[in-house]
Amino acid sequence: MKDKFDYFIKTENNKWEVIIGLEVHAQVTSKSKLFSSSSTKFGEKPNTQVSLVDSAFPGMLPVINKFCIEQAVKTGLGLNAKINLRSIFDRKNYFYADLPAGYQISQYKNPIVGEGSVTLDMPYGTKKVGIERLHLEQDAGKSIHDLSPDNTFVDLNRSGVALMEIVSKPDLRSPDEVNSYVKKLRTIMRYLGTCDGNMQEGSLRADVNVSVRKQGEKKFGTRCEIKNVNSIKFMEMAIESEAKRQVELIESGKKIEQETRLFDTKKNETRSMRSKEEAHDYRYFPDPDLLPLVIKQSFVDNLKNKLPELPDKKKERFINKFKLTPYEANVLISENNISEYFEEVIKTADIKLAKNWIIVELFAVLNDKNLDIKDSPVSSKNLANLLNLISSGEISGKIAKKVFELMVQSGDEPSKIIKDKGLQQQSDPKELEKIIKNVLEKNFDKITQYKAGKEKLYGFFVGEVMKASSGKANPKLVNDILKKELKK
Amino acid sequence: MRTFLLYQRLLIKMNDLNDISLSEIIKLVKSKKISSLELANHFINNIEKGKKLNSFITTCFDQTIKDSKNFDKKQNFDGLLPGIPIAVKDLFCTKNIKTTAGSKILENFVPTYESTVTNNLWKEGAILLGKLNCDEFAMGSSNETSFFGNVINPLENNLVPGGSSGGSATALAASLTPATIGTDTGGSIRQPASFTGTVGLKPTYGLCSRWGIVAFASSLDQAGPMTKNVEDCALMLEAMSGYDKKDSTSINKKKENYSKNLNSSIKGIKIGIPKEYRVDNMPEEIEQLWKNGIDILKKSGAKIIDISLPHTKYALPTYYIVAPAEASSNLARYDGIKYGYRSKKGNNLIEMYEHTRAEGFGDEVKRRVLIGTYVLSSGYYDAYYLKAQKVRKLIKGDFDNSFKEVDAILTPSTPSSAFKIGEKANDPISMYLNDIFTVPVNLAGLPAISIPAGKDHKGHPLGLQLISKELKEQKILNIAFAMEKEINFKQSLNRWWE
Repeated sequence: MKDKFDYFIKTENNKWEVIIGLEVHAQVTSKSKLFSSSSTKFGEKPNTQVSLVDSAFPGMLPVINKFCIEQAVKTGLGLNAKINLRSIFDRKNYFYADLPAGYQISQYKNPIVGEGSVTLDMPYGTKKVGIERLHLEQDAGKSIHDLSPDNTFVDLNRSGVALMEIVSKPDLRSPDEVNSYVKKLRTIMRYLGTCDGNMQEGSLRADVNVSVRKQGEKKFGTRCEIKNVNSIKFMEMAIESEAKRQVELIESGKKIEQETRLFDTKKNETRSMRSKEEAHDYRYFPDPDLLPLVIKQSFVDNLKNKLPELPDKKKERFINKFKLTPYEANVLISENNISEYFEEVIKTADIKLAKNWIIVELFAVLNDKNLDIKDSPVSSKNLANLLNLISSGEISGKIAKKVFELMVQSGDEPSKIIKDKGLQQQSDPKELEKIIKNVLEKNFDKITQYKAGKEKLYGFFVGEVMKASSGKANPKLVNDILKKELKK
Repeated sequence: MRTFLLYQRLLIKMNDLNDISLSEIIKLVKSKKISSLELANHFINNIEKGKKLNSFITTCFDQTIKDSKNFDKKQNFDGLLPGIPIAVKDLFCTKNIKTTAGSKILENFVPTYESTVTNNLWKEGAILLGKLNCDEFAMGSSNETSFFGNVINPLENNLVPGGSSGGSATALAASLTPATIGTDTGGSIRQPASFTGTVGLKPTYGLCSRWGIVAFASSLDQAGPMTKNVEDCALMLEAMSGYDKKDSTSINKKKENYSKNLNSSIKGIKIGIPKEYRVDNMPEEIEQLWKNGIDILKKSGAKIIDISLPHTKYALPTYYIVAPAEASSNLARYDGIKYGYRSKKGNNLIEMYEHTRAEGFGDEVKRRVLIGTYVLSSGYYDAYYLKAQKVRKLIKGDFDNSFKEVDAILTPSTPSSAFKIGEKANDPISMYLNDIFTVPVNLAGLPAISIPAGKDHKGHPLGLQLISKELKEQKILNIAFAMEKEINFKQSLNRWWE
């Protein structure tokens, strides 16, 4: 981990700073579309979730889905942003086969959410990233070009699905910050239940604006927009390659043209999609089919009162109340499910044990099995029970790991596993004495060395005893008896 | 008794159904003096004989007969329009019946859904006769832009019926339907009503649902009734209006009983006369018509007040920015991909779009899509669209100020009577000028009614327009009702087309 920001494109003579702004398109979690009652379910047969409105039949009219407005307002509150009580839906006009009306309903000059901010935890400290705005808009359908050599097929299932476009200020300075920013947005929206953040299903995509300037310069360079990047990894790659391209151009005396580019993930390079001259004139104007959207302050307040505890607040609480390090707190709040699991475990178990076991042991298993914590084979209750057995000295940490492994396999309760597998701790002093004496007898030479001052050998004796007891010996008793025996 | 009923039925048939109003027809149906089937047959016969007028794009007679027989079997007279056959403008989507909007691009489009407004009519007992010709996507003032050919005014075979609801106006005036509905974006109900000697009302924006109506300019479009007299107009408005949660611009309020509350006593009512409507080159006859209207109102006890609507002169240019802007976007969906006409030409998506829209749209539609695209373009938006929206607010403000003083405003409906077919076809500006008195009302979202108020020297009808503030339809209906009695307008058609 670097404790100082250090992301520059370095060339022979210069250090170039990379300026990044993101337009994140987040699909609103909602059963029905933004202006129609069709379902938004993912993965259904093409053109089965399409109403007359979504396919723009003559005389069809949009009617706003109130739930989507609530979702946008909630998200705005989660981004510490200004909620605009009056916003306007505009038409963005362009022709494309998967845009049935010939226009997309979006918000142009008057978005529902104004300026806000998101705080990132970077290794070099916290960083505040400005939010320019959040607006609601419709998604388009999907053109499928690879099913037939002569025809393009159109699937309108997505047509009209509600999206939130979250526009950041050009405050990001590295792929790492972008990674952290997108993850933070996703965490906030998942906490709020306003976007599932599922990138595979296209629920979260971003247009990435990149420009470069020499370190220390005040003026921004000319930016290029990389359209529709659908994973964080690709965003990082695209920024890196686009920034390098721009630096090379400038250093070879050329100019950056403002344009829209596409990221080719296979070649790891961006290429021009359309220049500024070719840019669409979207002819935005207020949609006359929809009145300005006016919401009441009480509507906003009501949503505000019902907001869940958000990641930043929760992190603060975890640090202050549970004495977690910022790193641990970040990990445990990264998903609502994780923090809930953690809080469930520490209702009965020791906090220190709990955080370590969750972050190290449980996460290793979940990562390995590619599972969400809510599908964990080890329930929060079973984990708490296991940790309590450690705390009370009934099993050693080593046995606990063995038990945990078996819990992962069977999903069983720890005490049952311990009983079934005979993993109870050996705590009978007489039995232990027998084992210890046996070990010492076999290593008579080492006792002499130990007594001669080679104290490191103490650990060796403990290890041998544990081995002889199959790890079941009560460490505290072993300690007591061993010391006594060695003094003889 | 039996012979007496039979005798009465005979009398009705002799007493031509063409000369009586919708309200009278309803009375005959309710008193079982005529059946729904007999009515259907009568209008079907008229439509068959009226083909020269070209007012219908689609008829659905088999369904009409079936529905009327069904009605006669059930005899449920609870609805406002019990068993009444009615034709509607082909801008209203009708389930399983072709809906073209007068355009080639929707030549074979059959909706799977029914517009809210037409559905309201069927719920009141009405039965569909067919779909009426109109200007392509309601863009026009003479019904000459329809892909299905121009409509002829029943007054004379070389006259336009006005537009865009020209098919509706002709079919109504020629008694091919006892009443009808149109849409009015800049005068498309009131101008053709004025040109054919009929009554047409554009309701407050949001009173009738736009759901299922092929959109022209969403912030201006409004459906409304077209009828032979004011009483029918009240009845039809009552039947078609009402809140619809499927239209976000629909006004959520209780339905009104316009017909029941119709009242011709207008003593003490204050009528504003806007000086800005005395436009240059206005024919003397229109001036005279207006004066007569004022006199009639005075005689009925109304108080006449001179008012000013200072931004009136900007209404037409404002309208011809706002309406095409919205239209250019609304018509983007006709791209040959999902439904409607698709050109066989073109080697890729863009070319397919270009050919489809080049072949599918007529000149006037293309002209307005081009204007609309232009005024919304980056660099021009502020100078045109944004400015037009500001002016629109000022125009609305003019009306708001006036309505602090007066209950309604009286103006001519059009600056001329019906013109000749082809007369303005190559002069879009002079065509647009025809909407000069009707357009401000749409920009302000207000209700207005046009009633036949006289004839010019050629014997062609001329209309007067009454405007009120939002949701005061009852007020202008009442004033119109009072004026109608005094004017006693007589339509004289010799049914030359039959």
